[in-house]
Amino acid sequence: MTPKIEISGLRKSFGALTVLRDINLHVEPGQVVALIGPSGSGKSTLLRCINLLVMPNSGHIRVGSDSFSFGPGSKPPAVMQQARFRSSTGMVFQHFNLFPHMTVLQNVMEGPVSVKKMPKAQAVSLAQALLAKVGLSDKVNVFPTTLSGGQKQRVSIARSLAMEPEVMLFDEATSALDPELVGEVLGVIRKLAAEGMTMIIVTHEISFAREVADRVLFMRDGLIVEQGPAREVIGNPKEEATKVFLSHFHTRG
Amino acid sequence: MYQWHFDIVWSYRWLFLNGTAITVGLTISVVFLGLLVGLVAGIAQLSHSAAARWSSWLYIEMFRLTPLLVLLLWVYYALPIMTGIKLDALTSAVMTLTLYGGSFYAEIIRAGIVSIDRGQSEAGLALGMPPGSVMRRIVLPQAIKRMIPPLMNQSIIQFKNTSLVSVLAVPDLLYQGQLVAMETYRALEVYTMIAIIYFIVLLPLTVVVKRAENHLAQSN
Repeated sequence: MTPKIEISGLRKSFGALTVLRDINLHVEPGQVVALIGPSGSGKSTLLRCINLLVMPNSGHIRVGSDSFSFGPGSKPPAVMQQARFRSSTGMVFQHFNLFPHMTVLQNVMEGPVSVKKMPKAQAVSLAQALLAKVGLSDKVNVFPTTLSGGQKQRVSIARSLAMEPEVMLFDEATSALDPELVGEVLGVIRKLAAEGMTMIIVTHEISFAREVADRVLFMRDGLIVEQGPAREVIGNPKEEATKVFLSHFHTRG
Repeated sequence: MYQWHFDIVWSYRWLFLNGTAITVGLTISVVFLGLLVGLVAGIAQLSHSAAARWSSWLYIEMFRLTPLLVLLLWVYYALPIMTGIKLDALTSAVMTLTLYGGSFYAEIIRAGIVSIDRGQSEAGLALGMPPGSVMRRIVLPQAIKRMIPPLMNQSIIQFKNTSLVSVLAVPDLLYQGQLVAMETYRALEVYTMIAIIYFIVLLPLTVVVKRAENHLAQSN
């Protein structure tokens, strides 16, 4: 089977600070990959490179049938090309980034209507179906400010799904939530995994990673230090750095 | 003790009314045109193109840091000599006030746009929206709400600024008043009346600004 996502030789620095050193990674269709590691290890930057919110300095990225090369001799993708590519990669942010001037329904409709030029009526029923899927049918016509963090994040997942993306990228989707609200968001992600969505999840929820992810990648200092099946990497890490990192979580099971 | 004779003002009421109409009309035109100029210059400040950034910066600072009276006189008297293009007084006045107001509007608009959290544009981009749509559909609708009170304040200042066009003999409220004062030797009554008219026209506007500010404070 051809991998859904293929990344090779990816490098990124911000000025003198090198954030990604040499990232090689592939994700099979329907696979769920969890990216774990200490803060500053480059997890978020890697995720943001995959949908071109951050332009890598060099390397290759392929998602589905779109591929891009970066570095000397290759031209970075044009603005419209970037936009078209991003429309098929869903991204969920730590701070939700819902559009506060739109209702929940309008938030979810925004992508299909303004990017895909979908007729309004069709977008409404699509948005309603997706909001039902994330359990928010009763919040369709409210503004995001009135929602709890967990509800906001579920709306933002619905908003991404409305574009019918080939892959979903989660950037610490539960890090800004109160502990009692984490479960409802993880529940939605679990459901997507069961449906066969290809996903890369940056997370600090180690037990969730073990449960939902097929593979776990441990990153440190801009490198993937260790990777493998979730149970092995989390249950029986080989690298010292992974062991040290995971030891902080043992109290939480 | 000075004897006030406001009845003289009353006998010139049509001239005052006419001057007020011209002042209001002039303000409406320069506010509208100034907002267009300010929007372009404000967005140019945030452009990827260095040329757009530099030229808009140069324009904004040139007009922001020069007294309006000096600009008005310069455009009317010096510009024709430098370029050979002679503009009539009203055109010079509208152009100068537009560019002057535009430079302040540009700063308000730029500040409003950058005050919107970066995550908002990122979320728009992540949906596959091109940067232009992100600006139009996501950033500007939120930014404009924040810009409205300072833009209205600036427009109130602009209303008062129009009084300076009287130096170019544009027949605004102040100019008409000066004519009346010269004819009647009743300068104190005339200038008191002019001050009152400016005050009366602007008072309702300040109430609207206050309301807008309160509304904004609540919705945040």
